[in-house]
Amino acid sequence: MTGPDNMPAVLDVLCPMHVMINHTGHIVHVGDTLRKLRPDLNWVGARFLEVFALKRPRTVNSMSDLRDNAGIKLHLQLRDSPVTELKGVAVACGPDGVLIVNLSFGISVVDGVRQYDLTHADFAPTDLATEMLYLVEAKSTAMEAWRKLNLRLQGAMIAAEEQAFTDTLTGLKNRRAMDHVMARALERGTQFALMQLDLDFFKLVNDTLGHAAGDHVLQTVARIMVDETRSEDTVARLGGDEFVIVLPDVRDIPALRRIGSRLIKRLEVPMPFEGNDCCISASIGTVFFEPGSGADMRSLLDDVDVALYASKRAGRGRQTFYSPALRRGLNANESTSQQAG
Amino acid sequence: MHGLIYRAIECFVTDSYGPEKWAEAAALADLGFVEFEPMLIYDDVLAPRVIAAVGTVLNRCEADLMEDVGTYLVSHPNTEGLRRLMRFGGVSFVELLHSLDDLQDRARLAVSDLILPYIELHEYSATHFGLICGTSIPSFGHVMMGLLRTMADDYGVLALLEFEGGAQGMETVSIRLVETEFAEGRRFALGAGAL
Repeated sequence: MTGPDNMPAVLDVLCPMHVMINHTGHIVHVGDTLRKLRPDLNWVGARFLEVFALKRPRTVNSMSDLRDNAGIKLHLQLRDSPVTELKGVAVACGPDGVLIVNLSFGISVVDGVRQYDLTHADFAPTDLATEMLYLVEAKSTAMEAWRKLNLRLQGAMIAAEEQAFTDTLTGLKNRRAMDHVMARALERGTQFALMQLDLDFFKLVNDTLGHAAGDHVLQTVARIMVDETRSEDTVARLGGDEFVIVLPDVRDIPALRRIGSRLIKRLEVPMPFEGNDCCISASIGTVFFEPGSGADMRSLLDDVDVALYASKRAGRGRQTFYSPALRRGLNANESTSQQAG
Repeated sequence: MHGLIYRAIECFVTDSYGPEKWAEAAALADLGFVEFEPMLIYDDVLAPRVIAAVGTVLNRCEADLMEDVGTYLVSHPNTEGLRRLMRFGGVSFVELLHSLDDLQDRARLAVSDLILPYIELHEYSATHFGLICGTSIPSFGHVMMGLLRTMADDYGVLALLEFEGGAQGMETVSIRLVETEFAEGRRFALGAGAL
């Protein structure tokens, strides 16, 4: 052997996963950590290529190939199980054909350390393996904390959305807000009117001019509805092109008829959008809540729907006040629908 | 101050004395919330308030309280991860002491905005050390004293730790090793906790 006499001892400290191979390809010395990977193997005297399979570069199949590839990164695998991938580099040592191959776990260090139950002492003090393991563990812990934070934030976001009372497109109240407002009004037992308004020909706008035009129409409608109602009224978009208005302390049919007709008139004014006019109208159904009438949320919504349906059947663009007769003679022309526009 | 630090105090109270005690302390400190988010940053002014409130609720002085927090951090099953991260510092207790110089860097590598107080090891002899601790975390010297006393047990080392006082934002802890192979320490497998 060439080099200083204590070469193996030096390598044992600096490279505890090295293997020293003689010119015939037999192992003559092996580092303590590498030995731990196969404690029962008789390392010294075994043929290097019988213990290790060289995976890359593929051209390396013999000891002379290995010698020719000195200094190049090698991908190796222990031939017997458990499967263990290793990275390595070979270096020629002196004129006698001795090769030293230093090995490491590479990216598999976490699996390797666990599988072979390695400790600090199994790595050279300069080896970054333990720092890498520290980082993997520290980062996994931190990542877990982030993941939990994200889950909590996501939960909070869902809760906030569920509690939201605003329709994000129009800024009007949403269905949940309307349920609250009506429930409160019913609880208080005060008189109020409920108008349900469906847009006519809205689908046509959406289909021919696109969703952007549709959104523009909905936002314009919302503005008009807020304009035409009092601050104490609640205007809500239930979804799609359906709107409702709760008007507290309104008893008088002429006043409601005026509101309805103004709304329809303004909604029928073509709404310009990117060079096109969006033309819509509205059908309205209206119902009064009289305290002591025994009506509840469900029956009111049902009544208002009947009135709205009557408006639609009578040719749209009008307002209908609910009366029980609407349910009997469901013939549009004979209905008590009252034209508003 | 980092939420992880506040959270450590919160978990210490919750795991050792129950969530009611923590809720009481949080109310007394007038936090306006009960739970700290470990990955968010909170105002530094909360720290003395939280520590004082916990001290009042548990009827403990600040020094004892923070020492217990240090012990808790590396001994409770819920904080096993931290004990493991400390053990990465070295094969022996002395190596761990030497690694404390890197503590700030190690913390920042794990969580980039986690800034721990200044810390420096003085080596008086092979068995006598002094640890200088900054106090950007109040009573951080006491925290380290509790933590290192527990880590010494973890390594099976008999060590005497003593608080030597503090002034001008620095606290000093004296560490004397009496017996380095006093008992069999707790096991530490490098790969056991990863992934």
